[in-house]
Amino acid sequence: MPIVTMNVNGKDVSGDVEGRTLLVEFLRENLSLTGTHVGCDTSQCGACVVHVDGKAVKSCSTLALSAEGAKVTTIEGVARNGELHPMQAAFKANHGLQCGFCTPGMVMAGLDIVKRRGKKLKEETIRAELEGNICRCTGYHNIVKSIQDGASKM
Amino acid sequence: MSDTGIGARVVRKEDNRFLTGRGKYCDDINLANQTYAYFVRSPHAHAKIVKINAKKAEKSPGVVAVLTGADLAEDGLGGLICGWSINNKDGSPMKAGAHPALATDKVRHVGDHVAVVIGESLAEARAGAELVDVKYKELDAVVEVGKARKRGMPRVHDEIAKNTCYEWAIGEKDATDKAFAKADHVTKLNITNNRLVANPMEPRVALGSYEPAEEHFTLYTTSQNPHVARLILSAFIGMAPENKLRVIAPDVGGGFGSKIFVYAEETVCLWASKRIGGRPVKWTSDRSEAFLCDAHGRDHETTAELALDKDGKILGLRAHTTANMGAYLSTFASAVPTYLYATLLSGQYNIANIYAEVDAVYTHTAPVDAYRGAGRPEACFVVERLLEVAARETGVDPAELRRRNFVREFPHQTPVIMCYDTGDFDASLDMAMEMADYKGFEDRRKKAARQGKLRGIGFSNYIEACGIAPSAAVGSLGAGVGLWESAEVRVNPVGTVEVLTGSHSHGQGHETTFAQLVSDRLGIPLEQVSIVHGDTDKVQMGMGTYGSRSGAVGMTAISKAIDKVEAKARKIASHLMEASESDVEFSGGNFTVKGTDKSLAFGEVALAAYVAHNMPEDTEPGLKEGAFHDPSNFTFPAGCHICEVEIDAETGVTKIVKWTAVDDFGKIINPMIVEGQVHGGIAQGVGQALTEACIYDPDSGQLITGSFMDYCMPRADDLPSYDLGFTETACPSNPLGVKGCGEAGAIAAPAAVINAVTDALGTEDISMPATPNKVWNAIQANAKQAAE
Ligand code: FES
Ligand code: FES
Repeated sequence: MPIVTMNVNGKDVSGDVEGRTLLVEFLRENLSLTGTHVGCDTSQCGACVVHVDGKAVKSCSTLALSAEGAKVTTIEGVARNGELHPMQAAFKANHGLQCGFCTPGMVMAGLDIVKRRGKKLKEETIRAELEGNICRCTGYHNIVKSIQDGASKM
Repeated sequence: MSDTGIGARVVRKEDNRFLTGRGKYCDDINLANQTYAYFVRSPHAHAKIVKINAKKAEKSPGVVAVLTGADLAEDGLGGLICGWSINNKDGSPMKAGAHPALATDKVRHVGDHVAVVIGESLAEARAGAELVDVKYKELDAVVEVGKARKRGMPRVHDEIAKNTCYEWAIGEKDATDKAFAKADHVTKLNITNNRLVANPMEPRVALGSYEPAEEHFTLYTTSQNPHVARLILSAFIGMAPENKLRVIAPDVGGGFGSKIFVYAEETVCLWASKRIGGRPVKWTSDRSEAFLCDAHGRDHETTAELALDKDGKILGLRAHTTANMGAYLSTFASAVPTYLYATLLSGQYNIANIYAEVDAVYTHTAPVDAYRGAGRPEACFVVERLLEVAARETGVDPAELRRRNFVREFPHQTPVIMCYDTGDFDASLDMAMEMADYKGFEDRRKKAARQGKLRGIGFSNYIEACGIAPSAAVGSLGAGVGLWESAEVRVNPVGTVEVLTGSHSHGQGHETTFAQLVSDRLGIPLEQVSIVHGDTDKVQMGMGTYGSRSGAVGMTAISKAIDKVEAKARKIASHLMEASESDVEFSGGNFTVKGTDKSLAFGEVALAAYVAHNMPEDTEPGLKEGAFHDPSNFTFPAGCHICEVEIDAETGVTKIVKWTAVDDFGKIINPMIVEGQVHGGIAQGVGQALTEACIYDPDSGQLITGSFMDYCMPRADDLPSYDLGFTETACPSNPLGVKGCGEAGAIAAPAAVINAVTDALGTEDISMPATPNKVWNAIQANAKQAAE
C-alpha cells in the first residue's frame, strides 16, 4: 500500500492508504479526526469540507493521495490554545448550530468565504456562497448570521 | 429573571464540542476487533426470492460471514413491529403484514434487505456483497397510493386483500352530511400531500456488540429514543432480556422522526455480532441507503370539503384520505394518518361537524412513518387550504374568514377527540398581520407587477397537538406503550447536579434548556449542572424525543424530581438550622430562616446529606430523587404564519420575500433555542412546498429521487430570513406552562407557501412542490386562458 504524507493541523502525518482511499477516510480512520463528517455520497452536502493548502475542498471527493505534501486544516485545527476562533464563537453566539453535524463543514466553508469575499459580507453573498453546504436543522437563518458576524470579527 | 434561568437567551453548553469537531456521533465510535456490515438490497420493487447463493461471497477475501433471513429465522428472532394498533370502521383490527429484518420469501420495495455481508473492512464487505448471487422472479408492483386498492393490482402481502391496512373513520357522518346539505357554499379540494424524505444530515448507524461470557448485547445507534429501541428489541424481537441489552444513542445528528423507529439494520447488526462469535458489527448508512430505507414521510391523497353558511361560518368539514404506508408498517406508521392527523382537522376553528375517513394502503415502496409534524402538517394543509380557497371563492378577506370562525372559549372540545386547553388565535393573527404589514400588501403587489413580478400572500393558522401524551388516552386509542417521561436529579455531595432524562437531544439543546430549569430552581450556576441522556444503562427508562414532547413532558418530569429534592433539602436544612420547616425559605440557592440571619447554601445542605452525621429523624442519607410524569392532556401550540412570495413570470421561480411567524408556545425557557426550532421547521415546510418530492417510477417502483442530486433539499439561497413573534397563553396541563415548539414551522409552512403562490398566480390550486416548472406552466395556462 502506498504511504501518504501531509501536514494536518500543523502536524506532519503519514499513513498507509489504498489508491481509492478518500481524504475524509484518511482523516477519520487513520488520524481519528472525526470532526470531519460524511453526509452524502454525491458531493452535495459539504459536511466534509476541510482546507487543503488554504482552499476549501470536499474531502469526500478528494483522494488521500492527491493531498500528498499538502497542508490540511480540519475543524479540529481551527481553535487555537483552547480559544474558539471568532468564526466558531460567532456560531455559538448566534445559535448557528443545532445537531452539529453540518457544523464543521459550515465553519470551514464560512472561513473560506471570508478569505475569498472579505469580512464585510452581505446576506445574499453568504446564501449564494453556501450552495455546497446543506443544513437540515437551522433553516440557515442563524448560519447566515453567524458567518456575517464571525467575518466581521476576524 | 437571572442570566441563566427560565426565559434567558443562554448560549448552548453543548456547542463547544460540536464547534471544535469533538462531538461523539455513532460513526465516530469504533470498537476493538470490529467488523463491517454491508447489506445486499433488493434491486426490484417486488420479486420472489428464488435462491440466494453466497458461496462465492463467503470465499471472498476478508468476508467473515454472509447471513440471510433463513439464519435469522433459525435463531428465532421476531420481525419488526408496529406499536400502534388501529381498528377498522367495523371494529376489526388493522392488517399488518409480516416484516422480517431480512426478507425470506419475497422482496417488497427497492432496497428491501435480503442479506448482510460481514467483512474485516467495509471495502471487503462491499466487495463480498457484490458476489452474493440472488435469483429473483420479478413480479408486478403497485407504487401509487391511488392505485393500491384498485382491482387487479398485485398484493404487497399475499394475505392482505386490496392492499388495505385499515379503513378508519372519525366523527359523525350523518350529522356532517346534514350540515353540508344546509350549506350556502361548499369548497372542495383534491390534495396531494407529497412524499418526503426526512434526511437528517447524519445518516443512521448501528454498531452492535455481543459479549459471550456475559451473554450481553450493546447497541450504539442513532436513535431518538434508545429505551423504546431496547424495549422493542427485547420484548418483541426477542434479542435478549432487557437487563442483557444496553442501547446507547450518543450525539445524534438530527432525527426529525426518522430515527424514532427500530429498523432492520440495527436488529441485524446486533444479532450478527452474536452470530459471528462476539466481534462487534458496524453499519453506517450512506445517503443512498438512507433514501432507500429510512422511513419516508407524508404521502397522502385527500379529497376535502368545507361547508359554509351565508355569513362565512363553517358548518362542517369532510375529508377522505388515502395514506401510503409503503411495503411494511413501520414502528408508529399506523398512528400518523389517524390520531395524529384527523384529530387536528378542526384547526383553530369552531367546527361543529367533522367527518373523516382514512384508508391506509400498502404499496411496493419504502415504509412511511412520522416525519417532523407527523400527520399534523397534513391536517393543517387540508384545513388552511380549504379556508383560503373558501375565502377567495366567497370574496371574503382570508384573515376575516378565519376570524369569523376562531375558537375563543376554552377548554374547547372539538368533534374529533381533541380538547383545546387554551389559546388566543386573534392575538397571533393580529400580531402577524401587523408584522407582515398586511395593509401595505396591495401596494407591494402593484409595485411588483410593474416589474413583471407576481406577488402573493398566504396565511396559515395552524394548531398542533404536542407533548405526546397522556398514557391512558393514547392507550385507549391503540398505542402499545404509555407516553410519560422519567427524570432523576442527582445532587452530588458538593452540590453539583446531574440530571438523567429519558428525553433525547439530537439538536434541540436539552443540555442547555434543561440545565436552565435546574439552575433556576436550585440557584446553582449552569456549569454545575450536567444533563445525562441516551444510555439505557444510565437512565432507567424513558420514551424519548418526538412530537415536541421533551419540554412539556420530559422537563416536567425533571421539575417534579426537583420538587422532591427541594423538599428533602429543606427538611435537612431546617433540622440543621433548628427551625421549623414552615419558617425556612429557599431562594437564590440559599435556605434561610424567616426573620433571622441563619442561612445555609444548597451545596452545604447537599454535603450534610451525604456526610449524614446529623440528619433529621427518619431521613435517609443522600440527595437524589426521581420522578415520572404523565401529562393530563396534549399541549396545543398554535400560531399564524404569513408568507409573501414574488414569482418571476419569465422563469417561474418563486422567491419568498417575507416570512412572518407568530407562535404561541406557552412559556419559553430559552428564546434563542426556540427561535432556532421555528427556523428549522419553516425551512422543512418550505422544502415540502417548493422543492422536495420523493418520487418512484410508477411502473417499475425504482426510486428516482435517490440522492441529493435528485431530491432537492432546500439550500441557503432557497430560503429567506424569518421574522418571528411570540404570544403567550400558558399551558395549564404542566407546571412549567410550556407547549412545545419543535414541529410548528413544518406544520404551518406548506399551506402558507401554497396559499401565497396561488394568490400570486390567481389559480385555485397548484400541487406541491410548486417547482419553477409547474409554476411556469401555470402562468402559461393562465395566459392562454386569458387570450381565449
Ligand atoms: S460528504 Fe462531502 S459533500 Fe457530502
Ligand atoms: S445543525 Fe444539524 S444539520 Fe446543520
